Amino acid sequence: MSSATSFQPTTLMRDETDGDLWTLNFGPQHPATHGTLHLELQLDGERVVRCTPHIGYLHSGFEKLGEHLNYNQYVVVTDRMNYCSPICNNIAWHHAVEKLFGIELTPRCKAIRTIVQELGRIQDHLLCVGANALDLGALTGFLYGFNPREPIMDLLEELCGARFTVSYTRVGGVVRDAPPGWTDRIRRYLRQDLPPALEDFETLLIRNRIFVERVKGIGVISHDDAINWSLTGPVARASGVKRDLRKDEPYLCFADNWDGRGAPAVRFQVPIAYGGDVLSRILVRLEEMRQSAAIIEQVIDMMPEGPVNVLADEDVTLPDKREIYFSIEGLIHHFEKIMSNRGLRPPLGEAYGAIEAPNGELGFYLVSDGGNAPYRARCRPPSFMNYQVFPVLLEGHQISDVVAILGSLNIIAAELDR
Amino acid sequence: MATADAIAALQARFPELHFTPLPLLRYPDGRDSGQYWLRVPAERLLEVARFARDDPRTRFEQLCDLAGVDYLNFPGARERFAVIYSLLSLTHNHRLWLKVFVNDPDPVVPSVTGIWRGAEWPEREVFDLFGIRFAGHPDLRRILCPEGITDHPLRKDYPLRGRGEREAFSVVTRETA
Repeated sequence: MSSATSFQPTTLMRDETDGDLWTLNFGPQHPATHGTLHLELQLDGERVVRCTPHIGYLHSGFEKLGEHLNYNQYVVVTDRMNYCSPICNNIAWHHAVEKLFGIELTPRCKAIRTIVQELGRIQDHLLCVGANALDLGALTGFLYGFNPREPIMDLLEELCGARFTVSYTRVGGVVRDAPPGWTDRIRRYLRQDLPPALEDFETLLIRNRIFVERVKGIGVISHDDAINWSLTGPVARASGVKRDLRKDEPYLCFADNWDGRGAPAVRFQVPIAYGGDVLSRILVRLEEMRQSAAIIEQVIDMMPEGPVNVLADEDVTLPDKREIYFSIEGLIHHFEKIMSNRGLRPPLGEAYGAIEAPNGELGFYLVSDGGNAPYRARCRPPSFMNYQVFPVLLEGHQISDVVAILGSLNIIAAELDR
Repeated sequence: MATADAIAALQARFPELHFTPLPLLRYPDGRDSGQYWLRVPAERLLEVARFARDDPRTRFEQLCDLAGVDYLNFPGARERFAVIYSLLSLTHNHRLWLKVFVNDPDPVVPSVTGIWRGAEWPEREVFDLFGIRFAGHPDLRRILCPEGITDHPLRKDYPLRGRGEREAFSVVTRETA
């Protein structure tokens, strides 16, 4: 087991001039690279001396596209960014857009968005931890992670008709209200399906000596370095960085008085680990899932009634479909919002909105020239920021640790390259 | 405004730069969004950034994001490019945005990788997509676009559908490889 924790493991490096290093191209097509990543590894025997990541294989110009799509259309593109939890990207995008428009959401919309965001977090962490296990050869762990993901897909399908590319949010609201009985089914899932699944998951991985030895002390990053390298989310929290946007810059139901009638913010704990290694990241993610479940239960208890979209006279939301098809005013109103020479007009200026996505801070920096599409739609992708530290984490480790570290950072290539 | 102290500290340290905090956004009803930015000249950026990171009143330990914007057709804009540094203080839980404006023909900004190492890839990205050079960057290469592309796709004068790169892409076959 390697115990290299220092940032400059020069002691492990061989003199390069002796020509004794091997170059190994890891990816772009490799089952453990989570999409298309390409690592150029310089090896001294089985030890990684240097790693040069090459990214961009999935670059599809999402930010350029954002300058040509209006504020509702772009949500479809955000689905394709982090495909482990697309719903969180939707929420992040419209969180920033609503900051730009200065919209205050309705309480019911906030509650629904909080629920689906936390469902997305569970969905993402299950896949991440499962895939991390899979990369290390623990196929069973992966399957145990995938089983409880399925009901979340079903719940999302009930909500918006799509399992995967949900595109659920709209400016000032969501596509449609939750169907009757939806919250009961979530509750059943959280009480019956999820706890035993997490228990199994933990027994299989954390109480498995072989797995723990593979991940303990691997890919360590210190608290200060984590901050300096712009790490956020579970990766930073596994290094002892106490930062969670849900607590520090509260939004949705994480803010006090979110329903305007004095409702308290949801109560939850932010799990912090101090190891900074792969195991700590897994532990943080496992605990975050439990906290997310607790958050959802609280929100369901407080679930307010009422409209999910801000009122039509605020002139930012699309009218209800029934209104469009059965009234002339609704139809006109709809056209006004859809036509490319009309549409939604935000004020001239710039805004940054970010949420605590499963991977870290997912933010959008919007520049608006007053038109119906953003002038610039910068995405602050957590994968991109987290991945740049990867070569540093890797130096001095064995080649079999590459996938352990890669899996623990949860790099999603589509979000990385955009 | 939690950021006020940080801005006051920066103003006190750099009186010659005449920092005026401007809101990123002002709503039609006169409120602002609570997010402020300062204009920093490129040649003083490193000094300002180092002070912003280290001073106990500012403590911007983290560079949350670094983005480029091309203000070519923006109403009322006099300068072409801006590099926007989104600073975050975990100690004080506040944010501040710094903007450095640069222009054609040779947009250059000093690299802040020596202050925040997390700037490494975002600077490469801005270099790749906007063609803004970062002086002193340890490894300034394209990051998202393939080698051989000469354009900078996020510039406003670059068309959405590209300039035919897709058609001109060389296909590698067994014979030509």
